[in-house]
Parts: sequence; C-alpha cells; structure tokens
Amino acid sequence: MKPLIEARNLVRIYEMRKGPFSRPQPVRAVDDISLSVVPGETLGIVGESGSGKSTLGRMLLGIDAAQGGEILFEGRRMPPLRSPEWRALRARMQLVYQDPLAALDRRLTIAAQIGEPLDIHQIGSTEERTARIRELMDAVGLRPDQAGRYPHELSGGQRQRAVIARALATQPSLLVCDEPVSALDVSIQAQVVNMLRDLQEQNGIAMVFISHDLKVVRNIADRVAVMYLGKIVEEGSSDTIFHSPRHPYTQALVSSMPVPGKRLESRVILQGEPPNPAARPSGCAFHPRCPLATDLCRSKTPPLQQIDAGRTAACHAVASHAALAA
Amino acid sequence: MNTVTPNLVELRDLKVAFDGVQVLHGIDLDVGHGEAVGLVGESGCGKSVTWLAALGLLPGKASVTGSIRLEGDELSAAPRPTLEKVRGKRIAMIFQDPSSSLNPVLRIGRQLTEALTIHRGLTGESAKAEALRLMDLVGIPDPRRRFDQFAHEFSGGQCQRLMIAMALAGEPELLIADEPTTALDATIQAQILDLLVQLRSETGMALVFISHDLGAVSQVCERVCVMYAGRIVEQGSVDQLFGAPRHPYTRGLFDAIPRLDGPRQRLVPIPGTVPNPKELPRGCAFSPRCRHATQFCLTNKPRLLLQPDGRSLACTNPIEAGREGAVQAKILEEAIR
Repeated sequence: MKPLIEARNLVRIYEMRKGPFSRPQPVRAVDDISLSVVPGETLGIVGESGSGKSTLGRMLLGIDAAQGGEILFEGRRMPPLRSPEWRALRARMQLVYQDPLAALDRRLTIAAQIGEPLDIHQIGSTEERTARIRELMDAVGLRPDQAGRYPHELSGGQRQRAVIARALATQPSLLVCDEPVSALDVSIQAQVVNMLRDLQEQNGIAMVFISHDLKVVRNIADRVAVMYLGKIVEEGSSDTIFHSPRHPYTQALVSSMPVPGKRLESRVILQGEPPNPAARPSGCAFHPRCPLATDLCRSKTPPLQQIDAGRTAACHAVASHAALAA
Repeated sequence: MNTVTPNLVELRDLKVAFDGVQVLHGIDLDVGHGEAVGLVGESGCGKSVTWLAALGLLPGKASVTGSIRLEGDELSAAPRPTLEKVRGKRIAMIFQDPSSSLNPVLRIGRQLTEALTIHRGLTGESAKAEALRLMDLVGIPDPRRRFDQFAHEFSGGQCQRLMIAMALAGEPELLIADEPTTALDATIQAQILDLLVQLRSETGMALVFISHDLGAVSQVCERVCVMYAGRIVEQGSVDQLFGAPRHPYTRGLFDAIPRLDGPRQRLVPIPGTVPNPKELPRGCAFSPRCRHATQFCLTNKPRLLLQPDGRSLACTNPIEAGREGAVQAKILEEAIR
C-alpha cells in the first residue's frame, strides 16, 4: 500500500541559550528521522521526555517546519506553513493534544468548538454542520444535552472526547495524537483508547500515537518506533518490539514498566539520567547508559538498519549479532 | 519509649469536609513499624487528603474529625508545636512535583542543612557532613561539587532524590510518598522506586506510598488499600489483592490497565466516571459503575469488613469466592441494620 504520509531524513534544530548573553547552542531535537504511515495504520512513537517525539509529531503536520529532509503527504510535498495550500491540507490531518482543557476555548460551548473546523474549512450548510456536530458527539460518546456545556463543566475524559470529536470533524485521513490519554485516570484512559480504536477502524484513519506509556502504545499501535535523543533507535511491529526488544534502550524501557504483581528484583534498572539534548554524547547517544557499550559505540553513531523482516535497530551490538546469525 | 502499641500510626474514623462537602468518609488505617503500605485510587478519591489531614496540612476551610495516633499519642487536636515536632521529623512527606517543592533561589546544600538544623540540631561542619552523606545515600553523584548548586541545575529525577534526602534529614519513622514518580520518565521512575525500597531496608522506616499506578505500588509495598470516593473499599496484602481482587472496583482497575504481554485485546474500561462528592449515590458510591450492583447496593452503604483470608472488603456483592462465610454474614448484618 502506498504511504499516506512519508518523512525522509527530517531534521529540526532548536537554538538554546544558557543565559541571556551566551551564544546560542544548536539542539538537534529531531535528527535525521525517516518514517512512513499507510492509510488505516497506527504508528506508535515512544520515548522519554526530551527525545523529540512531540516535535516530530508537529513536524509531520507541518506546524514545525523541517530544517532538513522532506515530508510527503499522499506522495506530494508538504506545502509551506501558513500557505493557502497548507491550510486546505490541514483539514485532512489533525492533532490531539495531551491537555484537553488547554486545547479547548473556555468561552465557547462544546458544540461550537466541535463545529469550528467545519466553519474554518467551509464544509456544509448550517443545517449540515449542526447534524454533523450531533453525529460527532454521538461517535465519541458525548450526550446531546452536553452540546451547550462549557469545557469547565465537563470531566477530563469528556473534554478529551470533545477534543477528539473536533479533530474528527473534517474527516481527516491522518490523526496525530500527542499523549492523548496521559492526563486521564486508568479507568477513563481505557474508555478513550477503545474509542480511538473504534473510530479508527470505522473511518480508516491513519494515526501517529505519541506516548511515553508503553502499555497504551502496545495496545493501540500496529508498529512502534522508539526514540532516544532525536533519533529512532528501534522500530518494529508492536507485538514483537515489546515481546523481544533488541536495542538495549528498548530493553530497559520495557523492563522499567511496572507490571502489577511483579517484584522489582527481576528488572533491568537503567543507571544514569536521560542526557541533555544540548550536550549530545559522541557516537551512539545512548552509550553512557548502555551496558553493552564498547569503544566503537563511543566514536561512531550506529545507523538504523534492518535486523529482521520489518524490524530495524540502530545499535552496533545488535547489528553485529544479526550479521553473525545471518 | 516504644511500649505495647503495635502500630506506628493509627487513623480512626478520619473525616474531612471542604466547605461542608464531605470528601473523606471515615478512614480507618493502621501503619505498622517499618511497614510499606500502598494507597491507590483515581484522582479525587481522597488518597492524598487522608495524609494531608493526618499531618494537619490542609487549609483552614477543611474541617477534620476523627483520631490520628502516632504511637498512641493523639495528633488530631494537638497544638501546633507538638505537630511541628512530628511533621518532617517523625513523619516526613515527599510530593509529586519535586522541582516545585524545592526552593529555586536557595542552594541545595543550604536547604538540606536547614532541615538538619531544625530536626536534629546540627549546625556548621557537622550539618554539612551529614547533608553530604544524605546526598550520597540517595545517589547524587559527586555531592561535594553539587552541594552549592541550585534546584534548576538538577534533573527531575535528581530533584526527587534531593527531596527524599531532605525527608530523611529528620530520620523519620514514616515516610509518606505522594505520587513520587508520576512526573518522572519511565527509566527514572524505576530508579526512584528502587531507591525507596533500598532506603526502607537500610533505615527500617515505614513507608506510605500514594499512587494511581498499581504497578508501582506492587513493587514497593506489602499491603495495599484501594480507595474510592473517600472510602477504603478493599485492603489486603499485595499478593491477595493482585492475585484475586474481590471488590469490583479493584478488579476494574486491573482490567483497565493495558498489558505489555499476551495477545492484544480490547481494553476493559470501567463505565461512567467518578461521582461528584456533592452528589454521592445513596448506597455504595461505586454502584452506578458496577457490573455486580443489585438493587440492594443502590440503597445500602457497605461497610469495610474483615474477611476470613485477612483482607478487608466493603462490598455486598464481591467477585467470586461464592457467597459463603463472611460474605453471607455481612449481608445478614447489613440486612438487620
């Protein structure tokens, strides 16, 4: 199947200053990332804070311009930010944020906000828009009597449903969800995850699901990319990558997930802090925390290469192991 | 000093109301010497309020009733100086967001020695030496160099380590950790949990671990209390609760967590939302969301009762284990009431 969205060698550099008079330092938030998503597929992106996963999500929608590489949407280059073509294209791709209260306008009713994309993109007549709003509210599980409510009158889970309804209003083919359930309680989180899965199945939407919660990602994603300091370090199907992680960072991530009823002793606990993106270690960025690090890792950045069918990893140790096995 | 009182802290019928709205409906909870107790529940269930109330840390508009005993000494009506001797000294507390709990304009060393001066009367070089020892104990590399740094120069995980060091300054008998790992990355979260387990075994202090994360709780605690809408609904050892949860809410919490192993399945959410404390259901607070609820549950509040296997349970229609023994007795007892 042809990819809906394809990213090639994306680079995004932020400039960070230590103090008001110091020279700005370049920080490579997203460093040479390539990925693609086919229609109806969910790609999960996991990583710790500062790994660049949110920046990547924004770049896929063209909100943050790429400083290197290119993005193809249905085979065509992403038009520049704020151009009329880009605005028209935004109806086909939408973003869901982590904090629904911040994403909603406190002075507008839920129904008005869900209908806003329809107004912006001038879709349908007034009656059709009203009908569409009702349909959307029903699809995300909001009651019709909640249409006139304001965001503060809804619970966290209901607000996130409203945000999702708004994102779905223009029938997008791509939905980028940035930590959509992280602010919700476990029982509500499961409601929203199920709803996203249902909506995706019914409408064939492609989804990029960004989260730090491996358990949620595994449940919703078909494929998962693990990010560390702006780079993808491992990618594979969500069943295999969590079942048998190959990259030492993925192994540590999977092992650090607390599983109810499992004691601490058997786990690999990663030492050290997540490194500062402004002071990126030489060679493989993970080597200061890696149990397998050798001199090669300290000097040479491992490329992301295929290690199995549909499985890539960026690690010297894994690559040499795969080469031996072959 | 330590006489016959078997428990370090005993809460009896602890109730809290904010502006006339009751949020805590009578909590009975014991924490033994050196024991690790977990408190789990969704946001707004009262798990943090319980301990803030116990330490007298709630704002003035909160009305607190009930008894809080620390080794037999009543704290609920104690004057402020008595409380000051307990807070931070015998019972210390750490919070979710470490960077906002630290003072941004004071050097870390100064904040640590301040706690040592207040609680242990250490000053000068001896305070500094002890502060360095604590920093080393909680795993801050190169404490001598970092002693004079500010909070913003530490990462989130290290800030939480410093908070723990500060809490340990008074050599507490009980450490209350309120969602200590929620704001941290997964790999750092594992480090902090590991640190808490290690510190407890080294110092022998008791630990109350408040979290919404059942996984984290099971890794550091021996006993777990599940709270819902201001009440404890189930209490038991980690093995009991995680092996065979009896309360439908506990079970629902487990079912709602996505799994990292096994086949990918549709998640099982708990329908509905947490009730508004202003409009609690007449019977069991969980009954509107409960699959097992009967007409009886809608009108009668279940009490937390001891079960034959040692756990406590507040449910008239618990999961499995049949309707024999304590369950039967409980139904009878409720019916008579």
